[in-house]
Parts: sequence; structure tokens; C-alpha cells
Amino acid sequence: MPMNEKQQFSLTALFDTPDEIIHAAHETSSAGYTRYDVHTPYPVHGMDKAMGLRQSRLGIFVLVFGLLGAVSSVLFMSWVTLVDYPLVIGGKPFWSWPAFVPVAFEITVLLAAVLLVVTMIVLYFKFPNISHPLHDTPYMKRISSDKFGISIQADDPKFNEREVRAFLKKIGGKEIGPVYFDLEDLDHGQTMFDPKFLGVLALTAILVAGATYSVFNQILFLEPFSWMSTQAKQKAQRPSELFKDGIGMRPPVEGTVARGFLPYPFKGKPDEAGKNLVNPLFATKEVIERGKARYLTYCSPCHGNFARGDSRLRGQFPNPPTLHSDKVRNWPDGSIYHVITEGQNVMPSYASQISRDDRWATVLYLRVLQRAHNAKESDLK
Amino acid sequence: MSTAATDYTREFPVVEGRPKAAELDATIAAPLDQFPSRVWWIAISITLSFLSIGVFCIGMTLYKGLGLWGVNQPVSWGFDIVNFVFWVGIGHAGTLISAILFLLRQRWRTGIARFAEAMTIFAVMCAGLFPLLHTGRQWLPMYLTPYPNQHGLWVNFTSPLVWDVFAVSTYFTVSAVFWYVGLIPDLATLRDRTTSKIKKTIYSVFSLGWRHSNRHWQHYERAYLILAGFATPLVLSVHTIVSFDFAVSVIPGWHTTIFPPYFVAGAVFSGFAMVQNVLIFVRQAFNLTHIITLDHLEKMNKVMIVTGSMVGYAYAMEFFIAWYGGNQFERFVFLNRALGPYAWAYWTMVSCNVIFPQLFWFKKIRRSIPAMFAIGILVNIGMWFERFVIVVTSLSRDFLPSSWGHYAPTLYDAGIFLGSFGLFFTLILIFVRVLPVVSISEVKAVIEGGQPSHH
Repeated sequence: MPMNEKQQFSLTALFDTPDEIIHAAHETSSAGYTRYDVHTPYPVHGMDKAMGLRQSRLGIFVLVFGLLGAVSSVLFMSWVTLVDYPLVIGGKPFWSWPAFVPVAFEITVLLAAVLLVVTMIVLYFKFPNISHPLHDTPYMKRISSDKFGISIQADDPKFNEREVRAFLKKIGGKEIGPVYFDLEDLDHGQTMFDPKFLGVLALTAILVAGATYSVFNQILFLEPFSWMSTQAKQKAQRPSELFKDGIGMRPPVEGTVARGFLPYPFKGKPDEAGKNLVNPLFATKEVIERGKARYLTYCSPCHGNFARGDSRLRGQFPNPPTLHSDKVRNWPDGSIYHVITEGQNVMPSYASQISRDDRWATVLYLRVLQRAHNAKESDLK
Repeated sequence: MSTAATDYTREFPVVEGRPKAAELDATIAAPLDQFPSRVWWIAISITLSFLSIGVFCIGMTLYKGLGLWGVNQPVSWGFDIVNFVFWVGIGHAGTLISAILFLLRQRWRTGIARFAEAMTIFAVMCAGLFPLLHTGRQWLPMYLTPYPNQHGLWVNFTSPLVWDVFAVSTYFTVSAVFWYVGLIPDLATLRDRTTSKIKKTIYSVFSLGWRHSNRHWQHYERAYLILAGFATPLVLSVHTIVSFDFAVSVIPGWHTTIFPPYFVAGAVFSGFAMVQNVLIFVRQAFNLTHIITLDHLEKMNKVMIVTGSMVGYAYAMEFFIAWYGGNQFERFVFLNRALGPYAWAYWTMVSCNVIFPQLFWFKKIRRSIPAMFAIGILVNIGMWFERFVIVVTSLSRDFLPSSWGHYAPTLYDAGIFLGSFGLFFTLILIFVRVLPVVSISEVKAVIEGGQPSHH
């Protein structure tokens, strides 16, 4: 391709010191050029004024992003704690807003900072763009190290190669030279249906799908990711690996006594029981009620509702004698307790049906019946 | 050493010896262009060995579970949480240097900011490792974040542990973004000076096509200022929230309001000690003594006196309040710290954090590299023990004497801790070889003659 068909991008000039470039930038903007840029290896103080640039408006974006973060995070947390998953924590109200402050602050900073950078790079800089005409030019190599440069673009309405060259020379520019568009870059015939692009797209899709499938369906279920399906614990009806005899459910240690089931020490010794046993309960209303209930359930079928020996069994079982006899009335509590515990003659033991304390309560209820049956005048007062 | 540095009525030059901008490019980019030296290979082989010990111990922990560690009831927070707080603290110096000193217009920060920021990122990586391992089922990290799930559950937004997840991840992201934004112009400079085609491609991609345009610098500087403005409250919030993990609980010795400022001061303290220690080697190894000068190191030592004294004040105030508050459990915890089974750890902490840094009041010690290196190491030992004392003594003996216990780490705990140092220094060693350790564009802006004279 012949040289003269090259399309010019700009005319560039280099400067040596910050003072020179500030002066040059000021001259360029005063001369009415608008499509130009000043390049410096670092930000030079006072350049915005010299170039006549307006203040950066990034701050407004950041305000919006920050508010977005604050409002959305507070709304989200409120929705979670009030609507979707209300949970009482430490007796606090569902909407305990002070606890939202840390997360709201972090989300505000996160959104504001990240979106600020994205906005700056994408919206303001139009980056990424690694094929700008200035890239890879000797001009760029100098200004990214120690020189300062001005580039007046060919699309400036006032652009005229000879005039601009003279202008740059006048304001002190050195190594004035043109920069051309890279023809390859200008003629990019790439389309969305480029087979290469489609190939990369398809490959990415396959790789992502494959990775997702294998992670969520295979890898996450390999050892040690057992998801608690294998646990080192004893399951019911399974042999134990810990004990030699393989019994998982261990029998109690020899001599173990269950609470409330101390062995009865007066087996077959009714006299000693009467002498030694003392009723541990007091005749409170609750105890009497308890004893009454036991009596009516277990004793009354044979002994009768009032202990008169009037069985309800109509001769199917031998009638016991009345419990209002002087003999029984003069028995100590321990003797009655012994009879309930051990049984007497044809009466079986009720130890397995009536618990220890309930037997004593039943004895107390029997005393109530006995007193009611032999009431004195003074009882009515 | 310049004579101006000893005259405190004058601000010392940020860069010594009036180097030209092109010389700065060459000096700072030199380590990137040379084949690594023997010392570098020895250093990285040591750090990689540490790292592989850590990787082995983490692998065993993943496979076997947390039973390999020393944690148990009642001390269910052991090395994992101690190391987490330690590493997060180390990171704080970087953000302080890059953001807070930027807002305070401390121009001397330019020489050390890039390195300190990198250190922040690496330290937060090391820190993040520990709570993740601590969760026990490390393959379910998503449970830490609020995401719509089949259980219909959300995280508890009123829990300090959830705040911590947000704080640390935000801190890491924003620090990384801040660091990368600072790197863009330098990457463009490297792109334009390299002769290798592969390097050029990599630099081109990561510099995004930066052209040093003043229409860009304008927004860039504004964005940098705003980022610094955000990073400042952020860095204060991070260690505040880390301290909430303790302060919001009811354990004696943890439930105190002094924790947030005390933790932040301690974090800056340990972070500066670490930056100072590592920079001593970096400036020598890469001939950067005129850019990272003795004056920089001295200023860092001054920050260490200030923060070290703040930490000392907090220790004293905790004791005072334990007595003044009249809570017998609180009083016992503090007596137990000073006189109980972990008294050795407590007194290590006090001597390393409160006593030795006070030597920096002497200018000779402040400007002596061996002395400051030794004190920096002691400070980091002391700050590690501070976290150990806080975490372990309070948990091992709280309200009920019947549930007291003793904590001792296992070899796996030690291995993972060693591994975190391996990770940190491996990343630093790679960083100093592939990226400029000093911000080229920022240093050029502060050399003499770097700015217009009439301004």
C-alpha cells in the first residue's frame, strides 16, 4: 500500500520540563484547538487549568453508587429479618437496625469503590483499548518515561498540517512528527460470526458446563465431602466396633440401681418392717389425692371403695376382711406398706404396679378412710 | 545519608540524590528485567518449603478434620483465630500508608505505598485462610454468604461473625482494586520500555491501554482521592469489626468497649513493624536506598512509638476497668492473665509491645537498621502473643471453674501457621520480581523539578 494512503491521526511534539508543558498546554487551548491531548508520565499540577478542563464528575457517580449500596443492603436485611426469615435473636426486636450498620457500611464502600473504578475505566477512559494509534509510537515511549508531549489530532476542525507544525514549533515543541492510524486496526473485519470467536465461545460453554457438572455432581461427593452421611457413631441395632463383645447398646454396670427402685430390705420380715419403716410423706392434700387415685385403681376392687371389705368382684376372688378392724387400725404405717409391697395370704405384691412413694400415699389415704369410718365428735368441730 | 534529614525544621527530600525520571524507570524496573539472583532463589526455596508444610497440614485438616488441631471445649478458638487476627492486623499498615497518609498529604508515603499495599493484600489472603479452615467443612464457604438456597435460610445479619465476612471480603476487594488502579500507569510505562514480546503483551493487557493522557489523569487523580477516602474508614472498620467478634460476646476479658480502638492501634502497630522489617531487605536487595530512605524507616518507627504507646495505654486501662468495674469475673480474668498459667505469654506481650518500642525515643536507635529490625521483630512477636492472650486466656478460664481447660496447639496448628508465613513471603518474593515495588509515576511526581516551578 502506498505511503500517502496512510490516514493521519495527529501531530505530536515533545517537551522537556513541567513548566514548558504547562505553558504549551495553555497556548494550545488558547489557540482554540479542541481535539488535542497532553501526555505526561505523571499528573502535573495545574494541568486541568492550563488545558481548560472541567472538574471531574466522578464524585456524582460515587454518591449514587454509595447510596445504592446503603439503601439496597438495609432494605435487603430488613426484608430477610422482617419478612422472609424472622428469627428471635437474644430477645431483640426483629428489626434491630444498629446491627445492620456494619454490613450496610461495608456494602456501601464495596459498591462505591468497585463501581467507581469500573465507571472510570469503561465510561471515561473507554478502556480496555490496546490498539490506539498512539500506542507503540516513539512518542508514547518517551512520554511514558521522562518527556511531556502534546498531540493535536487531525480531526480537530482547525487542523492544518503546516499550521499546526508551525504552532508546535512556536510554543517550544521538539521532535515534531505525525502519527498514523494502524491500517490493520482500521480494517478490522471481525464479526460476531467469526468462526474463531464462535469456537472460543463454544469451548468456554463446554468447559464451564463440564466444570460445573463435575463440581456439583461428582467432586462435592468424594471423600472427605461425605455430607455427614458417614459418621463415627453407634447406630441402633448395629454391631459396635468399639467393644469386644460387639454389643452396641451397653447393659448397665453391675449393681446399678434405677432411681426410685432401691431393693426392699424387709422381704419376708413384716414385723421388722412395721418397726423400722417410717412414712416419708406428709398428709398434704396433694398426697391424699394421689393416694386416693392409687387406692381406687388398685385396692378398691377387692377391699371396696371405703375399705369395708365389700368386694366388687362378687365372689370371683376371696373377699378380704375389712380394714377398719382394730388390728389394722393399730398397725404402724410400715406394716401396711409391707403388705402392699409383699402381699399377704392370697393378696399378691403390688410393688411392680404402685411406685414406692405412691404406696406410702395409699397408706395415708387408708388412714383417712379409717378415721372417717370411726369419726369422733371432735372431728366435726 | 543526607544532612537535611537530621534537621527537623526542614522537610527532607522524598527521594535522595536528585535522580532523573528515566533513571528511576531503570532502577525500579531493574529487578523485573534481570534473572533472579542466587539470594532470591535461596529465599524462595525456604518460603516454598514453609508453604508446602502448610499445604500438607491443611490437606490433612481437610481430610481428617479439626480433631488434628489443639482446639476443644472450652478453648474452641485457638491458633486459627489468633493467626487470623494477627494477619488482618499486618495488612492494616498498607492501607494506612496508601490511603490515610495520602489524605494527610504525607508525600513521603510514595516510596513505600506500593509495597505496603501489596503486603496488605497478601496478609489478608493469609488471614482469610484461617477462618475458612476454622469452619470445619471448608468446602461449604458459600454458607457464609447470604444467597438464596434450598434450605430457605439466611445468614444472621446481627452476628459479628457475619459482619466479619463482609468486612474482610470488602477490605480485600477494595485493597486489590486500589492497588491495581495504582499499578495501571506503571504497567503502561513497563509496556513501553520492555523489549520482550511476551512481557509486552502481558503489560499491554493489564495496563488496559493506558496512554498517560491528561484527560485521563484528571479523572484518575479524582478516583484515587475518592478511593483513599473510602479506604480510610474501611480500614478502621475492618479491625473494629474483628474486635466485635470478641467485644459483642459476654466472655470476661472480651466484653469491653475499648476493643475497637485498641485493636486498630495494635493492627497499625504490627503492620508497620512488618513493613519496616521487609522493606529493610527490599531496599538493600534492589538498590532502592535512595528511594526508600532511612528517613522513611525512621518515620515508620515514629508511627510505631505512637501506636505502641496506645496499645500500652489499652493494656493499662483494661486492668484499671477490671478493678474499677467491680465485676469479679472480669477482675479474675485479668489477674489470671498476669499471674495464671499463661503469664509467660502475657509478659512476653507486654515487654515486646510496650517496653521495647519505647527505645525508639532515642534517635540513634530509630535510625539504626539492626536495632530497628530487632525491635520490629519483637513487636510482631508481641502482637501475635497479644492475640493469643486475648483469645486463649479468656476462653480457658471463664465463669465456671468446673469447665476450665488448658489449650495447647498441635504440630498441625504450628504447621499451618508456618505455612501462612510461607505463603506471605512467597507472594512477596514473586511480587518483587514481576511488578514494580515502588510506584514509578508517583515517585516521578515528587522528585525535585517534577512539578511546575510557579505552582
